[in-house]
Amino acid sequence: MTTSPSEASTVIEVRADSDVVRVRQSVRDFAMAAKLSLVDQTKLVTAASELARNTLVYGGGGEARVRILERTGVAGVEVVFADEGPGIPDVDLALTDGWTSGGGLGLGLSGTRRLVDDFELDTAAGEGTRISIVKWRR
Amino acid sequence: MSSQPENDWIDLLRDSRDEVIPAWTSVVEATLAGRMTTSELTNDIREIFDGLTAGDGRGSDIRAAAYDGLRALVADLGRTRARQGFSPTEAAVSIFALKTAVLELLENRADLAAYQAFAKLSRFVDDLGLYMFETYASARETVIAQQAESLLELSTPVVKLWDGIVALPLVGTLDSARTQVVMEALLQALVDTGSEHAIIDITGVAAVDTQVAQHLLKTVQAARLLGAECIVSGIRPQIAQTVVALGIEFGDIHTKASLSDAMLLAMRRSGLDVVSRA
Ligand SMILES: Nc1ncnc2c1ncn2[C@@H]1O[C@H](COP(=O)(O)OP(=O)(O)OP(=O)(O)O)[C@@H](O)[C@H]1O
Ligand SMILES: [Mg+2]
Repeated sequence: MTTSPSEASTVIEVRADSDVVRVRQSVRDFAMAAKLSLVDQTKLVTAASELARNTLVYGGGGEARVRILERTGVAGVEVVFADEGPGIPDVDLALTDGWTSGGGLGLGLSGTRRLVDDFELDTAAGEGTRISIVKWRR
Repeated sequence: MSSQPENDWIDLLRDSRDEVIPAWTSVVEATLAGRMTTSELTNDIREIFDGLTAGDGRGSDIRAAAYDGLRALVADLGRTRARQGFSPTEAAVSIFALKTAVLELLENRADLAAYQAFAKLSRFVDDLGLYMFETYASARETVIAQQAESLLELSTPVVKLWDGIVALPLVGTLDSARTQVVMEALLQALVDTGSEHAIIDITGVAAVDTQVAQHLLKTVQAARLLGAECIVSGIRPQIAQTVVALGIEFGDIHTKASLSDAMLLAMRRSGLDVVSRA
């Protein structure tokens, strides 16, 4: 049996800048396969771009897992980012608009939460960070 | 020689130098379909042959000091083949063809000792081929990296729209390296043309995230220091909604829906009016 997009899941290593681009491209493919609207595709791709770069820059690299979800007949795209970096010591602070420990705009995490429908963040000091996002089809 | 002549293939080669070199050359030549001359090839191969037989007959480790010269030759061959654009197979055959040549030679002899020597030669040649392949692969990577870099530069066309007005149409996926390059190209063009207006058109950009936004904001600030004003045009509806949701503020940066609107604004700012002839 061939794997249709609805069963497939893709894992992408995030180790370099070019991998961020690959994550973006893959997420766009899945978003199109799930028939998300153009606006929702763009929102999800942008959110994935933010988290992929955080995984690379702050998490020291990790992986992204993309797949299509099915919930009571509604399709969605889930992207899970996982790294084994230092973790986020103060999640509330990290989720504050404009807060950055580096030289960024500090909008990646907080903005991502506004761009997607589901947002889950697990992190532990010294153990890493796992963030899962979902965008559902309307 | 020691009581255990490990490298008796060296004798095998030395004894048949005049037969092996032309046979080796013709096997390689057949695969390269005229892309190198016979004399070029013969030279390459004669050098490798002499490097092979320069060993002292001790050990069959290509990393041994006795083979320093041979390794340098073979590494050089790998790099050259990579730069000449030869395929991996075409590069590898230069070395592996020695086996074919020697085997052809042995076919007419019923000489067990020679076959045993051939088996050892075969292993040595395999190691040598792999060694050449390492340099081939790393040279290819360098070539590819250079091509990527020149593509990066090619894809940053800053165009002069009018006296004092330049435009930068951004297309495709902007990664950090490319964004950096295009923004620098724009600033340089402002200086070179003495322009006071720049239009950054993002119609062709798939997504604007915080990193692209930050590059845009920094470029606009840097342009101001150079005495130039930027207009960002071509923000499509889905990008506008995403940028707003992300919380990015473009502050006092002028934005226009289309490149032509931006062009009109830039012309007006430079004291020009576009009037339609009645
Ligand atoms: N995977 C991670 N591991 C460790 N720390 C992280 C991780 N992701 C985010 N952080 C922390 O959270 C902060 C806020 O992240 P956020 O993405 O919002 O901003 P930023 O990356 O600094 O800037 P930008 O607006 O360019 O994304 C980061 O500065 C960093 O300290
Ligand atoms: Mg970030």
